[in-house]
Amino acid sequence: MAELDTSSGGGHKKGPGVKKGKKLSTRIDLTPMVDLGFLLITFFMFTTTLAKPKTMEINMPYKDKNLTDEDKNKIKKSVALTVLLSKNHRVYYYEGIADDPDHQPEYKVTGFAQKNGIRDVIINKKKMVDDMKRSGALTAKDQATVLIKPDTTSTYSDLVNMLDEMNINDVKVYAIIDISTIEQDNIKATEAANGIK
Amino acid sequence: MPHAKIPRKSTNIDMTAMCDVAFLLLTFFMLATKFKPEEPVVVKTPSSISSIILPDKDVMLLTVDAKGRIFFAIDNKLKRKELIEDLNASKDLKLTEAEKNSFALGASVGVPLGQLKQYLSSTPEQQKSMDATTPGIPVDTAVNVPTNELGDWIVSARTTNPAVRICIKADGDASYPNVSKIIKTLEGYKIFKFNLITNLKSIPQGTAAYIEANSGTGEKK
Repeated sequence: MAELDTSSGGGHKKGPGVKKGKKLSTRIDLTPMVDLGFLLITFFMFTTTLAKPKTMEINMPYKDKNLTDEDKNKIKKSVALTVLLSKNHRVYYYEGIADDPDHQPEYKVTGFAQKNGIRDVIINKKKMVDDMKRSGALTAKDQATVLIKPDTTSTYSDLVNMLDEMNINDVKVYAIIDISTIEQDNIKATEAANGIK
Repeated sequence: MPHAKIPRKSTNIDMTAMCDVAFLLLTFFMLATKFKPEEPVVVKTPSSISSIILPDKDVMLLTVDAKGRIFFAIDNKLKRKELIEDLNASKDLKLTEAEKNSFALGASVGVPLGQLKQYLSSTPEQQKSMDATTPGIPVDTAVNVPTNELGDWIVSARTTNPAVRICIKADGDASYPNVSKIIKTLEGYKIFKFNLITNLKSIPQGTAAYIEANSGTGEKK
């Protein structure tokens, strides 16, 4: 233990006339100190924030009031995938941008599951665009574009999950857009057709 | 029968080494610790694969809880003081010096401007109970209207510190329209670049991001 050796084990022997001072042990019991030390460690360990919060950077498209609807719809239909976020973390999607109100595309439903979720849909879309590029139907500049339209019943986590999918699948072009009333009606119609309440 | 004599050993253990270790660890944690800023509400952020670290300074934090209430916070005591003076002047809040100091030293604020004076003059305990019931900072889809007070906060924050970075820390269960209002407000002030605070999750295997992350190490899939 932490102590100074004060015992005169093999040292000089004092003369017979010299009185020996009373020897006090310098041994200190360190147990309480260790206890205290660990108590404080525990406290600091619980209060410390070693991991800094991580952030995700997003850039919203620049909005200019002078922009007409025609300018906005400049993306090619064949590269677009529209994803609608709905309640209970359901995801509806359709190919293209559905600019013709008379011919609404078929809505398909999926989710954020690891398998057969929205990720596979995006991967397929990217593959399709790549194939079309190779066959010459699209120019090299064209990229798969995802339009994210969260509806009023979706949550923030849906949005973040979707943006995360963009990063995971390396989709370079995507945008968050307000949902249209036609699309909301279509979601309701799809839900009714599938018996989802 | 003679049995083997077990030598008696002292049960005293040398505590010095243990003590050393304990205090070494203690010193480490004391130096590495940075106390969590007090949060007005519990927020469970969603996860993403993004690993960008939140910058240390010039951060404006908008906390959104599951009910969609907005709380405003900004770092740096001096900037907070400047901000509240600016807001006081532009919105004619009639705050006293003590109330301004209370804001400068405090954490998040999530009350409408009309209640700000009362909020800042109350004790921390009272503020906590007010945080539990407050409607949050009022926000609207339209930008330059009196009902959008978040806009006033943003304007003041940007005039006092032009380099401020806007971070949104929202609960995963917050409904999209509430978050959308904030984004709309930011867009109204020509802020198109901001950060969303998320937890880190691992990159799923086999995806484009996974290949990208591992291509540097020579492991290609």
